[in-house]
Amino acid sequence: MKFEIISNDQLTASVWKMVLCGDTAAITRPGQFVQVSLPGFYLRRPISVCDWDEQTVTLVYKVVGQGTDAMTTLPVGFELDVLTGLGNGFDTSLTGDKPLLIGGGVGLPPMVALCRQLLAEGKHPTVLAGFNTADEVFLRDEVEAMGAKFVLATMDGSAGVKGLVTDAMKDLDYDSICTCGPLPMLRAIYNQTTVPAWYSFEERMGCGFGACMGCTVKVKGGYKRICKDGPVLEHDEIIW
Amino acid sequence: MKDLSVTLSGVKLDNPIIPASGTYGFGQEFTPYYDINVLGSLSFKGTTSESRFGNPTPRIAECPNGMLNSVGLQNPGVDHVIAHELPELRKIFRKPIMANISGFSIEEYVRCVELLTQEEQVELLEINISCPNVHGGGMAFGTNPEAAAQVTRAVKKVATKPVYIKLSPNVTDIVSIAKACEDAGADGLSLINTLLGMRIDLNRRKPVLANVMGGYSGPGIFPVALRMVYQVTGAVKIPVIGMGGISTARDVIEMMMAGAKAVEVGAANLVNPYACKEIIEQLPVEMEKLRIDKLSDIQRV
Repeated sequence: MKFEIISNDQLTASVWKMVLCGDTAAITRPGQFVQVSLPGFYLRRPISVCDWDEQTVTLVYKVVGQGTDAMTTLPVGFELDVLTGLGNGFDTSLTGDKPLLIGGGVGLPPMVALCRQLLAEGKHPTVLAGFNTADEVFLRDEVEAMGAKFVLATMDGSAGVKGLVTDAMKDLDYDSICTCGPLPMLRAIYNQTTVPAWYSFEERMGCGFGACMGCTVKVKGGYKRICKDGPVLEHDEIIW
Repeated sequence: MKDLSVTLSGVKLDNPIIPASGTYGFGQEFTPYYDINVLGSLSFKGTTSESRFGNPTPRIAECPNGMLNSVGLQNPGVDHVIAHELPELRKIFRKPIMANISGFSIEEYVRCVELLTQEEQVELLEINISCPNVHGGGMAFGTNPEAAAQVTRAVKKVATKPVYIKLSPNVTDIVSIAKACEDAGADGLSLINTLLGMRIDLNRRKPVLANVMGGYSGPGIFPVALRMVYQVTGAVKIPVIGMGGISTARDVIEMMMAGAKAVEVGAANLVNPYACKEIIEQLPVEMEKLRIDKLSDIQRV
């Protein structure tokens, strides 16, 4: 599917926001991802969907290698080949009335669309974002503009609560958790929580649509492909 | 009207395009993108006697013009394939199915062949003696002419469908292996499997793949695959299915000019789920430019 770049702007030292225009009909749930084909690179890059509407999809991505570095140089108007609607995403019908959405670093973007959908369904989500420092914070304004409660935690205390998201969680009122972020953070939440929880995992992928078995992980009762059966796994099926 | 049909050991295919094993699962993942009945055949995910998880992740690394994989034959085992995967595949696919079989012992290959050769719609058997990602089996059979011949003889005794032996490029002399399989009774050959490769993550100073090494596939290996198909088809009389980096209709025709009777498309499916469909649609256009009416008329150059 062809998408045209509408904007591609830097948010922090290593995080960028790209808005694409094209047919978004295949995107059905927050927490899904897209596979972006980049000029000069053989494999597509899996990027989580931050937000979408009928004609645009917003990707907030971190520069982690040569591919995402090249993404930052793509100009407005450039046409990209993108596979959309990949992965299971978060099922908002399963959360409680007061879900806590925890995003660690570049795990925060999918929480934006998730928050928007939960609000539209009349639920009362709180977004908890964890960063290392105040310089790294992004998407705060977007979440607050939706009218959701936004709680910030930084490791060095330069903004928000000092410490980990698992420290900040202790003072919050919630009945379920949806989270995406670094593996140690997911694991810490898993070990601490007693409410229903869903975790979005990251894995190096080949195809992104379930064919190559490149991203398979062991879960209770069998195997799952992070790209097709995930990236969101339910608390009770996870094996660390 | 261009004639794309080809015949492999008496099995007629509407066109020579076969998705390569391990890049197409059992077809289900591609149905959102197109009707897979446009294919000539389909080589399903490599099946072993018992279920296998495969190797730890990361299993995928990028290369210039291709990728490495170290999946390691993840599959649900032959009994599950027969009970669940094949019935589901038959619901969406009416064309001849190629059963891809791997093993760690002669007995394991024989058991899988005994079971799969009886399956309705399985019309071709592809015996993988060339997986680079598993220890103590797979490629071990494919790097020695006598071992390759032993597997071939053993599976031919129980097979009721044509047996194609899938060869490894990770050998000094692929022609000697090919000839050993032909002499042992193989009905055909398919080549090449992936080339053993490796990448290192400069920041972590560690191999990218958890399994350290993996198989290189994609357009970068096309010239190597073409050369090997050309060498093998010059030395054996049995039909050869050519594969290795094929991504376009022109690649298909080039591979057939190297002597292949049909082709498999692998890595291209993973980066472009429409790859096989687009190649099949483009073939008549390229044939017209080259004044070819019948694909099966293409002679080895």
